[in-house]
Amino acid sequence: MAYFKKLGKTARRNYLTYGLVILAFVILQVMMGSLSSSLKGMLVPICAYVVMAVSLNLTVGILGELSLGHAGFMSVGAFMGVVAAASLQEIIPFAPVRLAISMVVGAAFAAVAGFLIGIPVLRLKGDYLAIVTLAFGEIIKTIFTNLYVGLDGSGLHMSLLEDKTDLAEGGKLIIAGPMGMGGIQKISTFSAGFVLVMVTLLIVFNLVKSRDGRAIMAIRDNRIAAESIGINITKYKMIAFVTSAALAGAAGTLFAMNYSTIVATKFDFNTSILVLVFVVLGGLGNMLGSIIAAAVLTILPEALRQFADYRMLVYAIVLILVMLATNNPTLRAYLDRFKNKFRRRNSKKEAV
Amino acid sequence: MKKFCSILLALALVLSLAACGGSSSGSGDSGANSGASSGSGSGDAGSSGSGSASDAGSGDSGSSAEGGAFMLGGTGPLTGDAAIYGNAARNGAQIAVDEINAMGGIQFELNYQDDAHDAEKAVNAYNSLKDWGMQISLGSVTSTPCEATAAETYADRIFALTPSASSTATTAGKDNMFQMCFIDPTQGTLAAQSIAEKKLGTKIAVIWKNDDVYSKGIYDTFMAECANQGLEVVSDTNFNNSNATDFSVQIADAQSKGADLVFLPMYYQVAALIFAQAKSVSYAPAWFGVDGMDGILTLDGFDTSLAEGVMLLTPFNANSDDEKVTSFVNEYKTRHNEVPNQFAADGYDCVYAYKQALENAGATPDMSAEELCGLMIEQFTSMSFDGLTGSNATWGADGAVTKSPIVVQIQGGEYVTVS
Repeated sequence: MAYFKKLGKTARRNYLTYGLVILAFVILQVMMGSLSSSLKGMLVPICAYVVMAVSLNLTVGILGELSLGHAGFMSVGAFMGVVAAASLQEIIPFAPVRLAISMVVGAAFAAVAGFLIGIPVLRLKGDYLAIVTLAFGEIIKTIFTNLYVGLDGSGLHMSLLEDKTDLAEGGKLIIAGPMGMGGIQKISTFSAGFVLVMVTLLIVFNLVKSRDGRAIMAIRDNRIAAESIGINITKYKMIAFVTSAALAGAAGTLFAMNYSTIVATKFDFNTSILVLVFVVLGGLGNMLGSIIAAAVLTILPEALRQFADYRMLVYAIVLILVMLATNNPTLRAYLDRFKNKFRRRNSKKEAV
Repeated sequence: MKKFCSILLALALVLSLAACGGSSSGSGDSGANSGASSGSGSGDAGSSGSGSASDAGSGDSGSSAEGGAFMLGGTGPLTGDAAIYGNAARNGAQIAVDEINAMGGIQFELNYQDDAHDAEKAVNAYNSLKDWGMQISLGSVTSTPCEATAAETYADRIFALTPSASSTATTAGKDNMFQMCFIDPTQGTLAAQSIAEKKLGTKIAVIWKNDDVYSKGIYDTFMAECANQGLEVVSDTNFNNSNATDFSVQIADAQSKGADLVFLPMYYQVAALIFAQAKSVSYAPAWFGVDGMDGILTLDGFDTSLAEGVMLLTPFNANSDDEKVTSFVNEYKTRHNEVPNQFAADGYDCVYAYKQALENAGATPDMSAEELCGLMIEQFTSMSFDGLTGSNATWGADGAVTKSPIVVQIQGGEYVTVS
């Protein structure tokens, strides 16, 4: 306990986040037998959305740039990850290793995409990034709906617009243009998702805590001041943006490997906005908030199934209420009073 | 200790999440009775929300909840762009369930869950149906979600018969997944054959949607069969979801190349726009659609005179004189105030096909999903079924159905069978 007291506020909060994620994982593992199939089926998507939210929070909350194309990176990760997994099926029969390698491949491709889009975009200011990322998401969607990738004995074949892969006997079309990917081997597991969430938190927290992270936040707080003390704006923006894209790519691979079929239109503007809602609801720069928001908002529509036709209406109302409640001064004052009372009592105890 | 409060809140959230999952599984496990009653409750809410005259129907389904009913579940887009298909299939299936329950004998309990035409949501919906205690499944209504749920039903050994998911990937490699509708490739082939046999056109234009499984699947086989039949395709243009509002380029291409028949392998919402835009440039070829065109006459605000003369391939004609069809159409009209489309008929047929198969197999509701799965595979590969959407329908081991389609033409706002 003494050790934790010596730590700074941020560090304590980070450890708390790790702790809660581990705790949630352990509790869910213990209860696995008694969980409903509905919740069990959502565990992997929740992990993927959590990683998406945390990585987007790095761009939106820490770097301070609005990105509306985060699902595009998820899409790159999903498609490339699945291609990698399908190609490695013979070479690496052990599923967890294959999944890990696929995630790395997915993350790498997403990072490259993030880098390429970042070169022109991060030199822009303000809303321009939002608009260009929005366009990027649409471009990625269009590319993947027109991409054909097949695998046969002689390796990978790809073509655009038309299926010209000419696969040899026994070959299989992995990405079939508008039909997306079918017959994916479902190798994502909750444990893999948990590991990815932990790795993501580790990367994001350490980046934020580092010298680079301070530079990134300095750019967010005052670009001109940061530039005047010699911070290379484009470089640090790029670091944050590419990291965020790579993590989203890994999340995409995890997500895709949980379903037997994935189509490119799944990763559209709506998905980007959904992830942005997680971030905004959880609080900008607040990773724990993002995690909780992502988990709750993924489960919520399913928990509301009893409302049948009115389900999405109730979902929207709940969203609005949460937004209002978290910004309600009366409620905040009440919470603060509660907090202060608790702190006073605690300090009294220490004095004794 | 400053953040103790937020820790507490976060913990409470995490725990309540876990508790939430736990309690819902509890209600699923605590016997079929509580599961069934809660299921019928949500079913009531669903049907009363979608139609004003459905009170009688949902009342019936409630009364049949007690004991001895087969738990029949399905997912479909009850909301969103494709909602018309999901609701039609559900309403059709509900009518069949109510009729069968009223007859006595085999009883069904039907539960349709919304998947908003999305694979992820379909799997979620499927899982909640599993918690509800589903024994046999109606798969999903649309293709992509059905491909995702088919992988789940295959892994869980629950038999599934989809009313309308028509892609080949739905059934590929799964022994317990069957279809009530034609698969897409069959539709493309049949369309080309019909055009050639009935000499409906000589110069053919195709406009298709290149980011849609359904459209692409039909397009591929249509083009192949056109080559076989010696039909000349003069114009081949496509569009995608984001530019599905302006078709001047595609229409101009078809018009300038003198196409006298335009094949539209797509859903009717887009086709309605094409008809309107073609009319504005005075282009009037023969239009030929597939089963996705079914429903165009019920589209809100659509001028039905635009669709005059449109031909489409469908297994179901609501204006048929067949006794079974007229009684179904009348029942559907009383309940939902509209003419049922092919999806409704498919949903209706699915339930009756199940009834026949369950009776033949002598299955009882206390059997597990896996036992039923084995029996159903045996029955469906051997039986022949007469339904609204075709007589003597048979199924192959691959799950695809064989029945003969009809070509109908829209005349005076109604379907007329083309002989």
